Amino acid sequence: MSDRSILARSAADVAADIVAGVLPTTAALDACRDAATSVQVGPEGLNAALWFDAAHARESLTSASMHGALAGIPVAVKDNIATLRMPTTCGSRMLEGYVSPFEATVVARLHAAGAVIPMKTNMDEFAMGSSTENSAWGPTKHPMDPARVPGGSSGGSAAVVAAGVTRIALGSETGGSVRQPAAFCGIVGVKPTYGRVSRHGLVAFASSLDQVGVFGQSVDDAALGLQVIAGVDPLDSTTVDAPVADYRATRDITGDRPLAGVVVGRPLEYFPASLDPAMRALLDRAADTLRALGAEIRDVSLPHTDLAIPVYYIVAPAEASSNLARFDGVRYGLRVDDGDGLRGMYEATRSRGFGPEVTRRILLGTYVLSAGYYDAYYKRAMAVRRLITDDFARVFASGVHVLLTPTTPTTAFLAGTKKDPYEMYLSDIFTATANLAGVPAMSQPIGRIEGLPVGGQLLAAQFDEATMFRVAYALERALGEEAHR
Amino acid sequence: MGGSDVAVSEDDVRHVAALARLGLDGDRVQSLVGELNRILEHMDVLQQVDIRGASLDPDAAHGLRMREDVPNPIPLHREREAFAPAMRDGFFLVPRLATHGTAARGDDEGDE
Repeated sequence: MSDRSILARSAADVAADIVAGVLPTTAALDACRDAATSVQVGPEGLNAALWFDAAHARESLTSASMHGALAGIPVAVKDNIATLRMPTTCGSRMLEGYVSPFEATVVARLHAAGAVIPMKTNMDEFAMGSSTENSAWGPTKHPMDPARVPGGSSGGSAAVVAAGVTRIALGSETGGSVRQPAAFCGIVGVKPTYGRVSRHGLVAFASSLDQVGVFGQSVDDAALGLQVIAGVDPLDSTTVDAPVADYRATRDITGDRPLAGVVVGRPLEYFPASLDPAMRALLDRAADTLRALGAEIRDVSLPHTDLAIPVYYIVAPAEASSNLARFDGVRYGLRVDDGDGLRGMYEATRSRGFGPEVTRRILLGTYVLSAGYYDAYYKRAMAVRRLITDDFARVFASGVHVLLTPTTPTTAFLAGTKKDPYEMYLSDIFTATANLAGVPAMSQPIGRIEGLPVGGQLLAAQFDEATMFRVAYALERALGEEAHR
Repeated sequence: MGGSDVAVSEDDVRHVAALARLGLDGDRVQSLVGELNRILEHMDVLQQVDIRGASLDPDAAHGLRMREDVPNPIPLHREREAFAPAMRDGFFLVPRLATHGTAARGDDEGDE
C-alpha cells in the first residue's frame, strides 16, 4: 500500500525528495495509482482517464532521469497530446485506436525532467466544448458532484487533479479549455502566452489560438509544470525564442507588502451588472486582499470585450474546418467505405467519425470562409480580433501589470442543461479574449458559492508569466483556506 | 448587412457540407439550418463595429520566425514500417477503395 500523503505535498518537494533518495522513485506513482483506484478515474466512476497504465509508467521510471525537476512525478496528459505508449484519440471515434509514431515536444520535455505519464485524460471531441460532455467516450463527471460538469474541454485533466490523483496535468487551450475547468473544479489552470510552449504534437484545432496549458493543485505545481515545458522548439515555428523566467522565483516572498509596486487592473467589462453578486463579492475580496498585499487596484476598460465570443466562434471554427480536413479516412484512423467511390468514402467517414458539435463547427467554419461570406464574417472578425488585442496592449502599456477578472460567469453547471450551442459558447465569455490576444492568463481558486469553486482570473502582458505567478503566489498564500470555502 | 440578409438556407447547408466532405441526412440538414442561423445571429453585432483603426497587416514584431528552407525529417520514434499497415519499396500501401475503378465520375471536380 502506498503513502497517499505524498499527494498532499507539492510536486517540487516530492521530486526533490526522490532526487535526494529520501523517497523511492516509485513513491509518487504508487500513490497516484492507488488514488486513481480509490476515486475511480475510469469509466465506472469519473470517466476522467481514458487510458491508465501505471504498470508501464512504473517500468519507465527505472530508466527515467531521476535528477530532473519532476523526478518520479506522475503527470496526466490530455488525449489530444501525442504520446507513444497510449492512444491519442482527441475524444473522437475518428481517431479510435490511433497511436502516434512521435511524441509531443511537451511530453518529451516532461520525460526529460523525470516525469512519468500514467494516463491520458478525457476531453470534448477535438477540444470543442466547455463541459467535457462531447467526448465520444462519454462525459466526465465533476469530482465534487457527479451531476455536474467539470468544465471543458480539458475536463478529464481538471478532474484528476481536483480529485487528488495527480498534482499536475496538461490540457490545451483554444478559448479557455484549461482555465474554465480549473475554475469549475477548484484548482489552478494556466494558459501561457501564444508561442511560449511548443504545439508540436498537439492535435491542431485552431492554430492561431491553441496553446498547451497546465493544471496544478497549487500555483507552485502549475508554475513548475509550465517551467518544464516552456521554451522555443525548432519543431514549432510559432514558438518564440524569448527568455523563460524562473516562474517559481517569487514563491517564498513574504513580508507585509510583497506586491508593493504592482498595479492590478480591474476591467469594467468583466463585471457586468448581470454578474452573480456572490461571485462579485469573491472578486472584491480578492481585490481587497491584493490591495492589502501592497498592490494598487486600478479600474480599467477593455472596450471590445463583448465582441470576443462572436469573433472567437468565427475564427476558431474557420481554422478548425481547415485543420480537420485531414481526417478523411485516408491518412488517420477511421475509414468507412460503403462502396460509393472516393467522395462517398470521405463523406461517410467524416459523418460517422465526427460528433454533432464538431460537425456543427466544421460547417460554421466552412460557411464563414466560403465565397460571399468571407469578407462579412472572417475578414471582419480578424479585424475586430486586432481591436481586442490592441485593448490589452493599451492597458498594459499604461502601467498595469496584471488584470483581475472572474474566470467564468457561473460555477459548474448541471450536466445536460446547456442544450443551445450558443449558450454553451458563452461559458468562455471571460476566457476567450486571452486566446484572441495571445496574452498569458490563469485561474486560481478564490472561494466558493454554495459549495462550488469559483475561479479568479489573472491576465498579464505577452511573455510576462513571471509577474502573473508573482501575484498568484501572493494571493494564494494570503487567502489560504478561504480560497476553498 | 443584417441577419435576414445572410440567413442560412437548406441549400447553403448542403453546399457547405459538400465543400467540407460531410454527408448529412435530410433531418440533420434541417436541424443545422436552425442551429447555424441561431449562432450567426449573434455574429451580426460585428457588422456595427468601426474597424477602420484595425490593421490586418502582419506585425513585424509578431511575425513568424523563419528557418532555413531545408527539409527536416519528423523525428519518428518508430520506423515507419512499425506503424504503417503495409509498405512496399519505401511507399505506404493503402487499402483499395471498393469502387476505386469507377471513381472518375466527377468526384474530384473543382469546388470553390
